[in-house]
Amino acid sequence: MVRRIGVPVLAILAFLALWELVVWWNGWPNYVMASPSDLPAAYARFWNLFLVGAWQTLWRTVAGLALAVVFGTILGMVMGFSRIARDALYPLLVGFNAIPKATLVPVLALLFIGQHDFNTVLMAFLISFFPIAVSVSIGLSTLEPEYRDILRALGASRFTIFRKIALPKTLPEFFGALKVAVTLAFIGTNLVEIVSPHGRGLGALFQSGATNGDYPLMFAVLIALAALGIALYYAVVALERVFAGWAERDIT
Amino acid sequence: MNLIDIKGVTHAYRTPSGPLPVLDNLEIGVPEGTFAAVVGPSGCGKSTLTRLVAGLMTPDRGEVWLHGERVRSPRKTVGMAFQNPVLLEWRTILDNVILPLEIVAPRMPRAHRIARAEELLALVGLSGFEGKKPSELSGGMRQRASLCRAIVHRPEVLIMDEPFGALDNFTREDLWQTMRDLRAKEPFTCVLITHDLRESVFLGDQVVVLSGRPARTQRVLPVTLPADRTIDILYTPEAVDLLHVLRDEIRIAQGRDGGTH
Repeated sequence: MVRRIGVPVLAILAFLALWELVVWWNGWPNYVMASPSDLPAAYARFWNLFLVGAWQTLWRTVAGLALAVVFGTILGMVMGFSRIARDALYPLLVGFNAIPKATLVPVLALLFIGQHDFNTVLMAFLISFFPIAVSVSIGLSTLEPEYRDILRALGASRFTIFRKIALPKTLPEFFGALKVAVTLAFIGTNLVEIVSPHGRGLGALFQSGATNGDYPLMFAVLIALAALGIALYYAVVALERVFAGWAERDIT
Repeated sequence: MNLIDIKGVTHAYRTPSGPLPVLDNLEIGVPEGTFAAVVGPSGCGKSTLTRLVAGLMTPDRGEVWLHGERVRSPRKTVGMAFQNPVLLEWRTILDNVILPLEIVAPRMPRAHRIARAEELLALVGLSGFEGKKPSELSGGMRQRASLCRAIVHRPEVLIMDEPFGALDNFTREDLWQTMRDLRAKEPFTCVLITHDLRESVFLGDQVVVLSGRPARTQRVLPVTLPADRTIDILYTPEAVDLLHVLRDEIRIAQGRDGGTH
């Protein structure tokens, strides 16, 4: 326990110390590059903005991710069970995934003018459903036929086979994809918050720091984003332990 | 009366390079309560046979009969075991064994299911491992659990596709004896696909030799050894004679398919 908490905390402290050292060594003033020692002051001055922004960023990310989980799972099931659907949808999906999502920000902004929350959630969703759909479809399509046969030989329905075997067996892959998706959704949310003229959340706070040339504030936002990203990631890890903990092997 | 009747079964798989015939006018009859071991050269269509008897597929021509009924679809009176034990890693050994009961007898009280599973696990020597996950067991133990799962719902027919093929020799011989003990307690009729001639003689009441692909029934050999067999019986002159005959038959079967791939 001490090692599992202590080691990463030490690594983070070492990173901050190195950052401080590099800034000090180069003699950068804080309008060129902020150092960790500048950050507490920024947090103290704008703590209420940080709280509000973090909450906005958080709920929109989670909402987008939830949409991605529902849609990605359904899409993955369709592609996993139907060869034709897989052949038809794969190139489309890969092509869509290859488009830089920043180019979609103005498109969404025009399509849904003023609906900032909706736009942001939509972007978080669009950027993160791909890995989920792919992992679910691969998990289902690579299920060994024997697994299906032990229940099919007893006359079990497709749905029963899915519920009792395919779904639980796919969970480890699903959570692997969810770990990727959660960081992607987070990036999607921030992208809209920073690029949109009337953004909210931590991204908008970063933008106001940039407008005012307030480097300590900008870096304080980046660190807050990193902390939020870590928290979201480990929330997924905790869920994985509960629902797919059986797949973990002790590596010694 | 035969519990399983395979009559004139012919089947071909459709492949990109044209139809691939795997079974050719196959004839096998298995009397109720007996054990049929099916041997043949590798790739001769043995596994197709298991899927046909289980009703997982229907043949192009010919008929499969189970207990006086034509098999056209899966039925609850069949149990299956494969070379890969295919245990569900997220379930305990006990819950793996119970799985078929959840499908076949959804109303059965859990206490009864547990009692039935524990009884079988005790028979195969897995008492005390009920709460373990499959990953905590050895290959032989996993296969024992897989056998329990295959017969937990008291099927009429147990179909096994090389269930002991991936085990080392000593473990395999242990499993043969477990299989023999299970048969003494449980009344299923058995079809065993194997490529191990000693296994077919030790376990079988009859050994069916299939020819090379497309497989037809090349020879049916009754095994006239006493029912209460031990491993030692494989070293008696009767068993050695049987093994010699089977070895020759396999050589013939391979010759028919010789050199084509």
